[in-house]
Amino acid sequence: MSILAIVETWEGNFKKASFEVVSVAKRIAGGDKVTALVMGTPNENASVLGKYGADDIRVISSSGINPLEMAYALAGLIPAEASQIVLSHTNNGKVIAATLAVKTGLPLLTNVVSLPEGGIVKRKSFSSKGIAHASANEGRSILSIVPNAIGVVEIAGAGNVSDAQGSGSNAPSIKSINIDKAKGKIPLIEADIVVSAGRGMKDPSNWGMVEEMAEILGAGTACSKPVSDMGWRPHSEHVGQTGIAINPQLYIAIGISGAIQHLAGVNSSKNIVVINKDPEAPFFKSADYGIVGDAFEVVPKLNEALRNFKANN
Amino acid sequence: MKILVCISHVPDTTAKINFKNNETEFDKEGVQFVINPNDEFGLTKAMILKETLGGNVTVINVGDASSEPTLRKALAIGADDAIRVDRVPKDAFTVASDIAEEVKAGGYDLILGGIESIDYNGGQVMAMVAALCNLPIVDTCVGLSIDGNKATAMREIDGGKETLETTLPLVIAGKKGLVEEKDLRIPNMRGIMMARTKKLEVKSPTAATEKVADKKYEKPAARGNCKMISADNVGELVELLHNEAKVI
Repeated sequence: MSILAIVETWEGNFKKASFEVVSVAKRIAGGDKVTALVMGTPNENASVLGKYGADDIRVISSSGINPLEMAYALAGLIPAEASQIVLSHTNNGKVIAATLAVKTGLPLLTNVVSLPEGGIVKRKSFSSKGIAHASANEGRSILSIVPNAIGVVEIAGAGNVSDAQGSGSNAPSIKSINIDKAKGKIPLIEADIVVSAGRGMKDPSNWGMVEEMAEILGAGTACSKPVSDMGWRPHSEHVGQTGIAINPQLYIAIGISGAIQHLAGVNSSKNIVVINKDPEAPFFKSADYGIVGDAFEVVPKLNEALRNFKANN
Repeated sequence: MKILVCISHVPDTTAKINFKNNETEFDKEGVQFVINPNDEFGLTKAMILKETLGGNVTVINVGDASSEPTLRKALAIGADDAIRVDRVPKDAFTVASDIAEEVKAGGYDLILGGIESIDYNGGQVMAMVAALCNLPIVDTCVGLSIDGNKATAMREIDGGKETLETTLPLVIAGKKGLVEEKDLRIPNMRGIMMARTKKLEVKSPTAATEKVADKKYEKPAARGNCKMISADNVGELVELLHNEAKVI
């Protein structure tokens, strides 16, 4: 018996989601072995995964950068004794998980937000308006974990690193011709803090103070649907039912009324702060902390207070 | 060009979500059903491609008879014909298997669907269809152009966008951006009239069986009362976030 963690690297770097997947595998494994399969060649020594519970760390440098190639490479490397396979429900992870499920015939549970208990996991459903308790109909299964939902715990494993061969050359061919990175931005799904703003900002030229707050807090920036529909902000920042779903430690919503579709994307956040000049804004009912006031007065004051706080802490 | 658009029949985005039978089943009572928003982008993209390149657009749903109005709506928007695979969908693998069967039999050049349905949020079906048919897939697709047998697609990656080149037949899991929201097609009266006589074929499901099951549902815990802070005292918020919420 062992638990397998499939670990992605981004441009050779491990991210929090990488450690989270290993940590989740360790917590499922208890005393059993945890094997981490690392996709790509990490810049740092892969033994760092040992800190989060990996016993055997196998680096598949030949896995390619396309998720389809990775999945085809992985399909031949799943040991029979692996009772559970865990990976992150990222854009790549989703494709890897579904492809691997078909190629191995294993059951797949996606969007998982809890550790399994008695074979049952909680998974996000109805766009965060419901939680499903789901299980595989057979013993072994693949779980794709929502980043940030379970968290990282350090429980050390043996941390032995070795190379593994795997090839995705039999995957249907997809060629990457360009990668356009959002410069200096923190990817929304892994941000601990997200600062978000809506129509209450009145004009795209007023976003400076929102970005300033994000910079002070080391946060990602997001926006409401109307704002991305009007082209004030890029679609990639739209959080909500038809945008990205996030679950940061802290979500700060400025000038967003809190439509049910917006809440669907953000109500898994651990703490929600709402700043809105309308005391009747529905978002206050789903918030932990609220300030009724004009964003153009409140936000600059709050930025100053946050900057002072950061300078002294 | 032969295009297949996969349509999920889901509760409207504003629907109240409740469960029944000891929380084991979604309560459809009083709920309006719509075309899954993520699939709507694929449907409109299919219409645009058909207009520029010619061809035929088929829509497919795996579901019971209650999803037929949703398929009729897709026909009213402009799809040429529809297929309903007669199965109550309970997991992604069975749905993907039924769609894959049609993909293999129908000789489609392009299979379009959404990144996930907004009800069960599995996000697996399109990638499973691709895997079952050994076809390439571009997931979280936010741009697509077709030139002969060649496809150029853009997808969101964690922290940016990637442009990809591949060949048809191709599976696409799309979202907002595949077409702009303002360009989404809606049915007009003529389309609704024409849809009544378009072909809607009911097919039998494959022998595939479910691999996973939802045992029960719960609603997320409600938040406690919102603590209100005066706009003149934003320092208190900083204090609370530091000492109480412990997030900064």
